[in-house]
Amino acid sequence: MTQTDKDVIIIGGGPAGLAAAVKLHELGVRDILILEREHALGGILRQCIHDGFGLTRFSQTLTGPEYAQRFIDAAAEQGIAYMLDTTVLRMSAAHAVTAASRKGLHRFNARAIILAMGCRERTRGALSIPGARPTGIYTAGVAQSYINLQNTMVGKNAVILGSGDIGMIMARRLTLEGARVSAVFELQPYPSGLPRNVEQCLYDYDIPLYLRHTVTNILGDARLQAVEVSEVGEDLRPLPGTQRLYPCDTLILSVGLIPENELALDAGVLLDAHTGGAVVDESYQTTVPGIFAAGNVLHVHDLVDFVSLEAERMAEAVKRYLAGEQAKPAIAVSAGRDVAYALPQHISGARDALLTFRPRRPLRDATLRVLQDGQAILTKRFPRMLPAQMEQALLPAAALKSHNPVEVVIGDA
Amino acid sequence: MLKLYTCILCPNGCEIRAEVGEDGQPAAIAGHRCPRGEAYVRQEICAPLRNIASSVLVEGGELPLCSVRLTSPIPKARIFDMMRLIHAARVPAPVELGQVLIPNALGLGCDVIATRNVGEG
Repeated sequence: MTQTDKDVIIIGGGPAGLAAAVKLHELGVRDILILEREHALGGILRQCIHDGFGLTRFSQTLTGPEYAQRFIDAAAEQGIAYMLDTTVLRMSAAHAVTAASRKGLHRFNARAIILAMGCRERTRGALSIPGARPTGIYTAGVAQSYINLQNTMVGKNAVILGSGDIGMIMARRLTLEGARVSAVFELQPYPSGLPRNVEQCLYDYDIPLYLRHTVTNILGDARLQAVEVSEVGEDLRPLPGTQRLYPCDTLILSVGLIPENELALDAGVLLDAHTGGAVVDESYQTTVPGIFAAGNVLHVHDLVDFVSLEAERMAEAVKRYLAGEQAKPAIAVSAGRDVAYALPQHISGARDALLTFRPRRPLRDATLRVLQDGQAILTKRFPRMLPAQMEQALLPAAALKSHNPVEVVIGDA
Repeated sequence: MLKLYTCILCPNGCEIRAEVGEDGQPAAIAGHRCPRGEAYVRQEICAPLRNIASSVLVEGGELPLCSVRLTSPIPKARIFDMMRLIHAARVPAPVELGQVLIPNALGLGCDVIATRNVGEG
């Protein structure tokens, strides 16, 4: 087993890890190492060949691989060290990281650790869909990997459950590749992906989107033959008597993403029940000193641009930590009325904090309020808010009245 | 006639309302947060354009496919013609990001370009 000391170990070489590494290097932190379990850097962007990335970060629209390559090139130019085909097995609160590659076991001691492991997809098992267990059922990301990276078509006649962005993007991709996509079914009364994807991925190709519907049975022997779909009621439970059969050989699931945090739990990092990611302060520092998190491992983003920007802000905080700044989490931040979650979960009050949040339901003419001591210390108006769309608001340190907890609430017109 | 559009140019997905005259020309457009939204709706009313992304088969590469996109959007009605062209194409490795794989595709004035590097296998 090799043993190495590093200033910063970055777990994951996707968009969050790469942006953090490049930024750290720019800030003068040079003794860094990215550990990546795949055979290439770039993370999930490698298979996201559609365009629409980069408008916020680079002011132009790029495909996923092009977006990733910008950071890969920047990291190469800076000479940032990385190890591919290397899986982190364990991480401790004392910053010891154990990783395995074909060369054997590696042990690292880091002054700081950055969690950038991204997220994974919810599967059929998590939904408990009853029925047979035939082939032909894929999560959207797996189907995307088959089609875009491995040149393997997944089926000819597909039905999609869940209107997450990847599901809708796969509806378009399958259609372009010659498959028939007969419908997208969404449990909620609103799409869970962005409106632009409903437009350009579904409506452009005449693919119907059925809200308040779910798959209630799966039929087939060796291969999927049909799915049974039911309407759901207000309580999101299937309504008896509404079943309809949809013949198909492929079912694509786009039913949610889960931050990949098993390693974080190992090190005793406290997780937020709503985000599935770490509880952090405004410096993206977790409850374990010196362990930071950004990107989809912290909370699931709808846009990679915001992953990069978050990782870059985190890198600045890591630099301050290495220079000796101590975290003083003093003020608890909670998600109140109509707020699904708010980050960070606590703030020091010493510096401005960028609040990131999502509404619980679609709202129009909504007003975000940050309350402390019964008073609104920050107010921001939004013409429209959607659960699919992450929102942000800057809370200046000067706005804080005390060290009492703050609550983030949304009210509509 | 009042028509509703969702702008697809950026993640904001502005809901844009357009009053379309009897001549099929847009009269009043509202709801866009930037000028690109207005231009998008004008184009959408007259002749909708879309960019597409797909993959081209690579011969002798480290990967079987190279992802591609168009350098400019094409008429919506030509998307499947473009897909047939992209399907039929074969390129030898190595391929470099930005390399033109099909120049002036379908004579529409746009190129099909590689969006990633694919080394020799």
